Amino acid sequence: MTYSNKPLIKIDNLNYAYPRRGAVLKDINFELHAGDRVVINGDNGAGKTTLLHLIVGLKKAKKGDILGFGECCTTEKQFNKLRAKVGLLFQDPDDQLFCPTVLEDVMFGPLNLGFNKQQAIKMSIETLKSLGMQGFESRITHQLSGGEKRMITLASVLVMAPEVLILDEPTNALDEKAKLRLLHVLQALPQAMVIISHDKAFAKQLATRECELKEGCLTERLIEAVAVA
Amino acid sequence: MSQGLEHSLTSWSGQALKHQVSWIDNLDARVRVVCSALFALVVVSSQQFSAALLGLLLAFMLVKASKLNIKRTLRRVVAMDLFMLTLICVLPFTTPGEPMFTVFGLGASWLGLSHALLITVKANAVLLVLFSLVATMSASTLGHALAHLKVPDKLVHLMLFMVRYLDVISTEYKKMRRAMQARAFVMGTNRHTWKSIGYLFGMLLIRSVERAERINDAMKCRGFCGRFYLNDEMKIGRLDIIFTSFFLCFLILLIGLNFL
Repeated sequence: MTYSNKPLIKIDNLNYAYPRRGAVLKDINFELHAGDRVVINGDNGAGKTTLLHLIVGLKKAKKGDILGFGECCTTEKQFNKLRAKVGLLFQDPDDQLFCPTVLEDVMFGPLNLGFNKQQAIKMSIETLKSLGMQGFESRITHQLSGGEKRMITLASVLVMAPEVLILDEPTNALDEKAKLRLLHVLQALPQAMVIISHDKAFAKQLATRECELKEGCLTERLIEAVAVA
Repeated sequence: MSQGLEHSLTSWSGQALKHQVSWIDNLDARVRVVCSALFALVVVSSQQFSAALLGLLLAFMLVKASKLNIKRTLRRVVAMDLFMLTLICVLPFTTPGEPMFTVFGLGASWLGLSHALLITVKANAVLLVLFSLVATMSASTLGHALAHLKVPDKLVHLMLFMVRYLDVISTEYKKMRRAMQARAFVMGTNRHTWKSIGYLFGMLLIRSVERAERINDAMKCRGFCGRFYLNDEMKIGRLDIIFTSFFLCFLILLIGLNFL
């Protein structure tokens, strides 16, 4: 990964409040550079998921800017462009898999990006293969196991070739084996990542940076440099 | 690769009426939908017994041809015929005409009975044709066929999503129901039961809406902007043409019988 001074995602003085809950995020400042793998810690209800949804424009900020790849995003159209480069993995895989079969689901993204059907099929199959999920194309999504669902959702995000991956509790309800598999896959990916995880061991093995979200404020925590291979 | 595409048409086996493989399965989904719709239209607007009975005969033949599971089909037909039974009981009394017999001064007319019987024959014929032609395909195939027939996108999406998430929502219902049972909830006819069941359904509704919002978000994240891409091509083959021409001839015969 080439290091560049220009952040992929930059958040400036971001504020967000829920109608009857008061401010959730106060003056958040954050930068994500290429090659970063940032883990965000925080209590339940601290606003971690909200922050991730704000980054890709699923919720609209009350105040503050989100700059994706140097461009300020405010309208749905701008966010739509951003979402093609920033892949968000949802907490619950069932929310993401809505097509009857795996192949159709993975193809959904490329088709939306304007690729034709043949290209989309080819890309999907390649992505599934790279994640070790070959042969799953014709499986029915709601009959997959939790670990398989997670890998398929990852494939459906990766097939769009994003530059940033945003993972919302990827290890949720995964067993040790599936977790380990996911960890190896994520470690091998070149993308910059923002990760929410309550699984300390999992987060530690992935993180290059660590942040804490507490009482609406995001603070960077220094971690001992891990030997990077 | 092609296996994957074909599979999307044959999946959701749980949704299709249980049956053995037959030549009906090889028919194009659109042909099946259109033929059954036309059949229903012709049979329902028939005035003659002969036409309706001939329609019923064809329905029986199609049921035989599509190798439906007789037991399951019968159970469904009986469910509808119970409703028809009330019709047979009520209609003679409400239709004026030559009386058959009188009960408490109310006359049951022959005309009413023949009306009721005609409606019963028609209903059974249409139902059986729907079972053999439409219910033997999976819900997602039906959705795709409707989309190819230029049914509005919104309706097709509604149907496909319903099929996909019925399972998820029913799991959610069962989960909550089990959680209630785990805390010693027993259904009874009292205020507590009504309130709890009310909460249960209210919660189910809220959760469904929230899930719908999350699904919408997830789709947006993958660049969805209102267009769905259907992942299949439907081709009209020789079998489809033969079937359609026979079917149309038969329908013309039915229409003709009405004018004899």
